[in-house]
Parts: sequence; structure tokens; C-alpha cells
Amino acid sequence: MAMKAKHQRLILVLAALAALIAAALLAASALKDEAAYFYTPSDAKTKGVEPGKAIRLGGMVVKGSLHRLPDGVTIRFDVTDNKAIVPAKFTGIAPDLFREGSGVVAEGAFDPSGTFVATNLLAKHDERYMPRELEGMTYDEKSHELRKAK
Amino acid sequence: MHAFANPARFLSIARPLTPWLFWPGLLLLAAGCFAGLFFTPADYLQGETVRILYIHVPAAWLGMSGWTGIAVAGIFQIVWRHPLAAVAGRAIAAPGALFTAICLISGAVWGRPTWGTYWQWDGRMTSMLILFFLYLGYIALANASASSGEQGGVSRVTAIFGLVGAVNIPIINRSVVWWNSLHQGPSITLTGSSIAPSLLWPLGLTLLGFSLLFGAIVLMRMRTILAETRIEARMRRMARD
Repeated sequence: MAMKAKHQRLILVLAALAALIAAALLAASALKDEAAYFYTPSDAKTKGVEPGKAIRLGGMVVKGSLHRLPDGVTIRFDVTDNKAIVPAKFTGIAPDLFREGSGVVAEGAFDPSGTFVATNLLAKHDERYMPRELEGMTYDEKSHELRKAK
Repeated sequence: MHAFANPARFLSIARPLTPWLFWPGLLLLAAGCFAGLFFTPADYLQGETVRILYIHVPAAWLGMSGWTGIAVAGIFQIVWRHPLAAVAGRAIAAPGALFTAICLISGAVWGRPTWGTYWQWDGRMTSMLILFFLYLGYIALANASASSGEQGGVSRVTAIFGLVGAVNIPIINRSVVWWNSLHQGPSITLTGSSIAPSLLWPLGLTLLGFSLLFGAIVLMRMRTILAETRIEARMRRMARD
């Protein structure tokens, strides 16, 4: 039985789209590491980034780790992804949203002692938006509800 | 769908529908912007800057929906040879590109005070910039084919380009999940929203308002393209007589 021309075209278009999506998914998964915008602290440890190589390091600023050196313009802090911790330091003006317990993306390189020397800091915030009165409430990832912190 | 294949029947619906999309859209947009500027609290972390959300998110949504519309129109054009699908694809391209540009610009303005940078080549920003370039390519192809007498709509090559470019849409959507990026993850998912309700509600107004306006613009442009086609046909007839 001869197929109608429009059914042939429909099948052709669907097959082409399926092939295209498969190709894009393959490319995306192959790019998984290369297209990453930054290294996490555990990436940096397992991949063995050599000192002096310019990378971006991203993670959370460990609470209580941020302190200013006596020169007044250099800060030291630890970056974590909850699997590894990397010490970092930065000389200059940090963005307003850079704070402990919040996200950071630091551009720079490791020094031979394993401290990350940042030449630029970017603040990364999470997907939560809420009024100041709600600060201190915790966000439940599963139920997407805001709850009062205990 | 083929009931609308007749342009006269399409026009008899599109003409009265346009003001019903345009004016409520404008009203909702104005209300949403006013509410977003004056009635919502500042964000706990970002302060007043968070209000860019009410423009940035609808612009991103329409930039991506626009290309989805172009791809759907492309399927209708290639498979069913629907005469209005080619016109629709052409009508969507310009407002789609405009909203993508608004998304990129408002994002840069928002990024400077929050992240500390106007632009970074992370997955979300790069894929959104590619979407903007795809729109420019589509518009260039559509203009080139219109002058070669494709009845006001886009050529089949342009429609195929629209389909191929649609691959970028899921990549934009998943870019903050697949790759670690400077842009934060999705706030609004199928299971809920991590934007507090007191900050969220004007977004609904601007989202709906911009979408209705987008629909009105597309209908107006489709009517313009159809009218131009008729003028050209009449001119050709007159030149022959």
C-alpha cells in the first residue's frame, strides 16, 4: 500500500529530529567536563590541577573561614563542595554578595603550597528569592517549602 | 488546523482577536511592573536588584517559546504544507529575537551588581547568546527567501533551519543542571517554586502580559505579511494587464 506523501514527510521529519536530538545529547554529554564553567574543589583535587594553571574554582565559602590579613586588602577563605575543601586567598574588592555560606567562583591558579590564589572573585547565588523577614528559614529541596530553621 | 488554511478565514478571526490580546497584555504588564517595583519586598540577599526578575524571566521564556513556535510552524510547513505556517514562522522571528536580546541585556545589568560581572562564558549565557544568533540567521534566511517569491512566508530551507535550531532549546533549559555554571539553577520547577510567594506573584502578571503582547505582535505581523502578499499579487496583475 502506497503511503501518502504527507505521511512520508512526517516520518522523515520525525526521524531527522530524533537523529538530531541524539547527536546533540551525545555532544552535550561528551562536553560535560569541557563545558563546565568551573572546577569544584573535589574536581581540582582528583584531576590534579598543576600549580600556575589558570582555572576557575567554584563552591561555597565555608562558614567561619573568612578572615582579613593584616595588610587590610587580602582575604583568606576556604571553598568547599561538601566533599573537599580548598584554601583560597584574594587581594582586592570582593563583590557585595560574596559572603560566608554563599557561593563563589574564583578565577586564578594554585600556588605550590596548594592555596588557590584568586585574581578575580564572582559571587554565585542560589535559586532562592525571599524577603528579608524570611531569612533564617530553611528551604526544603524536596518539598520546595520554606521552613523556620530550628 | 486546515480550516485556517484559507487566509480570509484566518483574518476574520485574527483581526478581532488582536486587540483582545494587545490591550489586556499591556494592562497586565503595566500592573505587574508597578507591583514588582512598589508592592514586593526586597530580596534578603540581593536587595532591590531582584526586581529585574519581572522583566528578565518573561523575556527568557518568550525568547525560548518563540523558537519553539518557529520549530512547530516548520513541522506544519514541511509535513502538511500549511500555507499559514510559513507566514507564522516569519512573523515570530523578529519579536523572538527582540525578547532574547532583552533577556541578555537585562541579565547583564542584573549580573553586574549580584555576581560582579556583566558577562561570563558559562553554559546558560553562551547557549542564550547562540539562540540570539540563530534568530538573526533565521531572519536573514527568511528575508532572502521572501524576495525569491515564496508567497510572503519562509522557504523550506528556512523551516528546516528552524527545526535544527530547536536543538538549542533543551540545551538552554538544562544548561544549569548539566554543567556547573555561574547562573543559578532553576527556581521554578514542575514541583514548586523556590521564590517566596510574596516576591513571586507579580511575575505571573508580567509573564502573562508579555505573552499576550507577543501573541498580538505575531498576529499583527502575520496580517501585515498576508496584506503585502496580496498587494504584490495585485501589482503583478496590473503590470500584466
